[in-house]
Amino acid sequence: MVRTILRTRGIGRRFAGVTALDGIEADVRAGEVLAIVGENGAGKSTLLKILSGVLAPSSGSIEEVDEHGHAHELRLRSVAEATQVGIALVHQELNLAEHLDLAGAILLGREHHRFGWLDLRSMHAEAARWLARVGLDLDPSTLCGSLPIAQRQLVEIAKALSANARILILDEPTSSLSARETDRLLAMLDELRRSGVAIVYVSHHLDEVLAIADRAIVLRDGRMAGTLERASMDRATIERLMVGRDLPPTTARPSLGAAPDRLVVDGVVTSHRRRRPASLVVKRGEIVGLAGLVGAGRTELLEAIAGLGHASGTIMLDGRALSGTMAQRVARGLAIVPEDRARHGLFTLDPVRTNVSMAWLPRGAHVGMVDHAGERDLVDGMITRLRLRPSDPARRVQTLSGGNQQKTVLGRWLAVEPSVLLLDEPTRGVDVGARHDIHEAIRAAATTGCAVLFASSDLEEVLLLADRILVMHDGAIAGELARESATEVAIMGLATGGALEAAR
Amino acid sequence: MRKHWGLLGIFLVVCIVTALYGKNFLTAYNLMNLVQRTALFSILALGVGFVIGTGGIDLSLGSVVCLVGIAVPWLLIEHGWSPWAVVPIVLAGSALIGLGHGLLITRLRLQPFLVTLCGLLLYRGIARWMTGDQSQGFQGEFAELRSIAVGRIPLPGLEAFRLPATTIPLIVLATVAAIFLTRTVWGRWLLATGSNESAARYSGIPTARLVTGAYVACSLLAGLGGMLFIFDVGSAQPSDFGNFYELYAIAAAVLGGCSLRGGSVSVVGIVLGTATLQVLRNSINLLGLGSQLEFAVIGAVLLAGVAADELVRRWHAARLERRGAG
Ligand SMILES: Nc1ncnc2c1ncn2[C@@H]1O[C@H](COP(=O)(O)OP(=O)(O)OP(=O)(O)O)[C@@H](O)[C@H]1O
Ligand SMILES: [Mg+2]
Repeated sequence: MVRTILRTRGIGRRFAGVTALDGIEADVRAGEVLAIVGENGAGKSTLLKILSGVLAPSSGSIEEVDEHGHAHELRLRSVAEATQVGIALVHQELNLAEHLDLAGAILLGREHHRFGWLDLRSMHAEAARWLARVGLDLDPSTLCGSLPIAQRQLVEIAKALSANARILILDEPTSSLSARETDRLLAMLDELRRSGVAIVYVSHHLDEVLAIADRAIVLRDGRMAGTLERASMDRATIERLMVGRDLPPTTARPSLGAAPDRLVVDGVVTSHRRRRPASLVVKRGEIVGLAGLVGAGRTELLEAIAGLGHASGTIMLDGRALSGTMAQRVARGLAIVPEDRARHGLFTLDPVRTNVSMAWLPRGAHVGMVDHAGERDLVDGMITRLRLRPSDPARRVQTLSGGNQQKTVLGRWLAVEPSVLLLDEPTRGVDVGARHDIHEAIRAAATTGCAVLFASSDLEEVLLLADRILVMHDGAIAGELARESATEVAIMGLATGGALEAAR
Repeated sequence: MRKHWGLLGIFLVVCIVTALYGKNFLTAYNLMNLVQRTALFSILALGVGFVIGTGGIDLSLGSVVCLVGIAVPWLLIEHGWSPWAVVPIVLAGSALIGLGHGLLITRLRLQPFLVTLCGLLLYRGIARWMTGDQSQGFQGEFAELRSIAVGRIPLPGLEAFRLPATTIPLIVLATVAAIFLTRTVWGRWLLATGSNESAARYSGIPTARLVTGAYVACSLLAGLGGMLFIFDVGSAQPSDFGNFYELYAIAAAVLGGCSLRGGSVSVVGIVLGTATLQVLRNSINLLGLGSQLEFAVIGAVLLAGVAADELVRRWHAARLERRGAG
């Protein structure tokens, strides 16, 4: 039986003059998945933060509804209070304490103890149970900092589950997961729903929403653009409510013909674990997509090409060996948009302006002096080109929504007009409209001769953007698919290590 | 400048209180002394400011002051070397010390606190061993060389107050540092490295080189400072010369608004912070509080200053929040 357990009454939230949310009426029901969808900056994360006690609403209230249907106001002053009433949030940006081990991180604040001494054995046993639940086969004494981003995301989910929440709130939990882990997560959520847990779910992947949501609230510019019941939910309706505009068609890709090789990677082995060598070629103006499961070694390969971390093998750019530190490679025209934007991409306390101009600075400099006027023009231009919102270069990056943070990092590298552009999950947590903008910007860069190599766990994106698709498995390139012949099934076949010959 | 109002307020209050209740504060002699000490300590604080900007710390600079300050008269008088050799050699030596710190921190990935703590012990030990723990001095010689630090420049219109010569290197260094930090690519990158080192690395910024450079600058300025200090005082004991100078420098930088987490440095703040500390030391003396209290008072003021700064920041943030909510 489905019953409302939490209700918001005209919730609003303002930040220093910006209205992030206004008049939100949402019902959270036990045994139901409520999806919140909307463009970047629509206010989804803000709403979830209010529901979970991270932020206080500026107006309106939250009500808790008991079994008898009596509502009473719930004032959440902290996350701890929310946890007490059974609300758990999985944040959009990962924030596990890196120096803690998995058991410590999952049971943070709920450590087992006996007479004040930590009972590590029982903590590890419990942590192992929750890790297994999210499909992670990891030792609970592993350090969080050593995990790749997708696994950290799963650990965050395990942590929220372990709180035995009545209301589980997930902010883009799948943005760094590949198809297989996403499926597993959705199955798990379905199971939780059956057991009566209320789930609030945010994702930019509408197919996930369509697969699992019982109801969806569409937000636009902080307001309710509509509430959809399962029966009336379809992709077109949601998109129309969300965007309020039709997306322009994508630019056609020119045929490359006999374009010369730009980036040549030959027998690169990264120092992580035992890996097989990877070799690939990207031509001038070509966009190559790297698909594969989490842990297939895509990030490691991209970082090896960028000179971050140790690797053997040779890398050539325009026929000359590319070696040395990342700084030296950047001087030769290399650019990398990292996967983990909070950790590796952003100077969160600094404004958009300095974040965007960071890599461009030496190009605009006269005898080492920053060209302030040039910088202003560059950043203003980039904000318009990528449709960054709010379009204020002085805005601190910390206060931008996830998708706009992603645009900020991309803008930093588009600004230097690179000859090789490496992108790791280029549209992680980005809405359909912004994804379109980012894809167009990448295509435009390729048209000017840039060799683009991107890794993405989003098969739809790989099929949409890539001229050619390379599938990685266990550190090596397991197979290659032309854009015309590629399908999700063929990619998954190669990614799981099977059917290598069959696909050829 | 706006964020220095608080510090400027403290500075003025201490000045006014001392002028009203102390003896001889506003005499030309005392003011000249204050300017001299502020200039000398500011040079040290500017150096450590760079290191703090990268998110590091340098505890060894007091010992570098000692080693250099002792080595200069030792080489000139005991060994009879020419000043033309001694000055470049000690400066190069201090830069090398910084290079050592930088490489240990960036290549071996040792923690700055540890590396420079060892430096603190090491360089003082060397200075004491080298001289047999004997006091070193110029014995009345090299007056011309020493005039770089003890010289006083007459100012038009002022009779008794003449400007200490050390203000010239300070003004030059502070200007260069301010331009470097706010106008140059490397300055921007240095602060970026301090605010998020791995994002800086992923942006193609040569972080290791910048961090090393900051330690070189810090030790070099400590060496220069050490030389000026010894020129100023004439002779010194290896066992106590430069003691706690690193703490004065760090305290001044923190008072001046540099965050120990890295990423923000203010040259104006550093100089103002140093001036405040020096006036404070002076006023403890002139108000007859007893020099035993000196550290206690400085500690208390530093704590109060930092706490007040944090409170103002919170109040400001809360006000923004409220204005948003209204
Ligand atoms: N601390 C803050 N200070 C100022 N503005 C903020 C702050 N946090 C969020 N905002 C603004 O509120 C709006 C909503 O942001 P929110 O993060 O909720 O969007 P979102 O829907 O989660 O977007 P995304 O899909 O990109 O994650 C944005 O315009 C954002 O810039
Ligand atoms: Mg969000």
